[in-house]
Amino acid sequence: MSANPADIARPAIGLRWPTLPPVAVAVSLAWIALVVAVAVIAPLIAPYDYAEQQPLLRLRPPALLGHDNPFLLGSDHLGRDVLSRTLYGVRFSIVVALFGTLLGAFIGISLGMLAARLRGWWEESIMMLVDMQASLPFIVLAITAVAFFGKSFWLLVLIVGFAGWERYARLTRGLVLDAETAGYANAVRVLGGSSWRIYLRHILPNIVSALIVQMTINFPEIILLETGLSFLGLGVQPPLTSLGLLVSESRNYIALAWWMAAVPGAVIVLTTLSISLIGDWLRDMADSRLR
Amino acid sequence: MLGFTTIKLLRALLTLWAVMTFAFVFMRLTGDPARELLPDNATEEVVALFRARWGLDRPLWEQYLAYAGNLLHGDFGRSLANGREALTVVLERLPATLTLTGCAFALVLAIGVPGGVLAALNRGRSLDRIAMLICSLGYSLPNFVLGVGLIFVFAVGLRWLPSSGSATPAHLILPVATLGLSGAAVVARFTRAAVLEVLQQPYVRAAIASGESRHAAIVNHVLPNAAIPIVTIIGFSLGGLVGGSIIVEQVFGWPGIGRLLVEVVGLRDLAVVQALVMLFAASMTAANLAVDLAYGLLNPKIRRAA
Repeated sequence: MSANPADIARPAIGLRWPTLPPVAVAVSLAWIALVVAVAVIAPLIAPYDYAEQQPLLRLRPPALLGHDNPFLLGSDHLGRDVLSRTLYGVRFSIVVALFGTLLGAFIGISLGMLAARLRGWWEESIMMLVDMQASLPFIVLAITAVAFFGKSFWLLVLIVGFAGWERYARLTRGLVLDAETAGYANAVRVLGGSSWRIYLRHILPNIVSALIVQMTINFPEIILLETGLSFLGLGVQPPLTSLGLLVSESRNYIALAWWMAAVPGAVIVLTTLSISLIGDWLRDMADSRLR
Repeated sequence: MLGFTTIKLLRALLTLWAVMTFAFVFMRLTGDPARELLPDNATEEVVALFRARWGLDRPLWEQYLAYAGNLLHGDFGRSLANGREALTVVLERLPATLTLTGCAFALVLAIGVPGGVLAALNRGRSLDRIAMLICSLGYSLPNFVLGVGLIFVFAVGLRWLPSSGSATPAHLILPVATLGLSGAAVVARFTRAAVLEVLQQPYVRAAIASGESRHAAIVNHVLPNAAIPIVTIIGFSLGGLVGGSIIVEQVFGWPGIGRLLVEVVGLRDLAVVQALVMLFAASMTAANLAVDLAYGLLNPKIRRAA
């Protein structure tokens, strides 16, 4: 068979993705907007209180499918409204993931900059911490921490915040070292700008796009981590709820009430999928060295 | 190659030591196992006796030195809950986890790598698009949602497979599928990117221009050069499997070390938690080390630079 060079080496333009249909990105953005809106106004739109039990109406199938009962998406094993609980679950999971992402980015970017600025022993120690974090599945650390410190909202935020900081640190350090050699950093230094000024006013804006792409990778992972911890019973305390806890509660009733798992499960998948799609799209728009 | 290996090995040992120290200090600063394990109405004398029995009344550095010393002899201490050797408690649960992650890893390799290569070679065609769609879905699907979904379809709906336990080989199928499919999605995505990257290189075009067939060019030039990034992501996926197994074991009632971890952290069984944390760290470090060494084998440049 004669080889066709054009066939084997088609130029790669959209690097990770076959040229992404913008429709998918638009739908993803709309979904994320909806999820954020729900997180903000959950108490206003939820038809029931998330903890309200109606023992006579347990495990009722969704009214949406034509069943005769007051629950649009069915009820759970204690007669609570699955729709209302999912709305509150979204609220909790999104807030934790958001705080967690910001915290992780803050810690990682600060330490990455310090490593690049101070060099020497400081850099070695910070990179050692990075290696250490990378050498333990984070969920092991998270399980241990929750079990030993007890469950609380801010502890959960702190824990998911520590997930992934090492990747921001590694990325920031690399990008800053790179930027240091670029002309503009030196120009500001020659003009008498302080290190502080160079880092925050000049280098940070130049590397921020790479960091935002990293955040879109990190955010779904944090949602998965939080829902995973909640699934293991190490996240929120009932009756408060999160998307992971809802799926966990559904496990024993899977044969009787599939909607208890399907509704929160679908919300988790659609949310993480949307953010990944948006992230891929952002990455394709940013330059190729970010891959 | 010997110097390269030694440096990597020393670094891995240093990381393990750091994890050990961190876990030791962290666990002893965050609570009193005596309070957790003894009944609420235990008298002060009983608590004091318990502490003295386990050496918890000694200064932290003394406990640490004793623990580190014992560790060098392969002694991981005893379970606070039942007095058995921590290492034995962990090791008897290990085979179940190794079976699970081993089979899942085989599934990752069998689906992920060929899938990624095929998608890259068919870039932009429907095969590629469908493969990548499945990949992003697999990437976004949490283990426990996939697991519960598989239980619903294959155990509750079709009644083909058992949903929980480890009695027969059939019990292995759903947990392995859950763990392996999400790993395969990640590996396929990165394999595709790695192969695409190499396909663009001038030497591939040169090989084809010099008359090599497409097939020969792929086998002789594309795959060997894409091997390094692929090996990296396979190493990472091993870490993902180890972490993921904790949740999957919980979903399917699989009696491995992941479930053991969830059980013993609740009891503050220090020695067993410590042994488990180190086992997890050791397996991740070993995976990273294997990746580094594979680099050295695959690419002489790296070996010489180190």
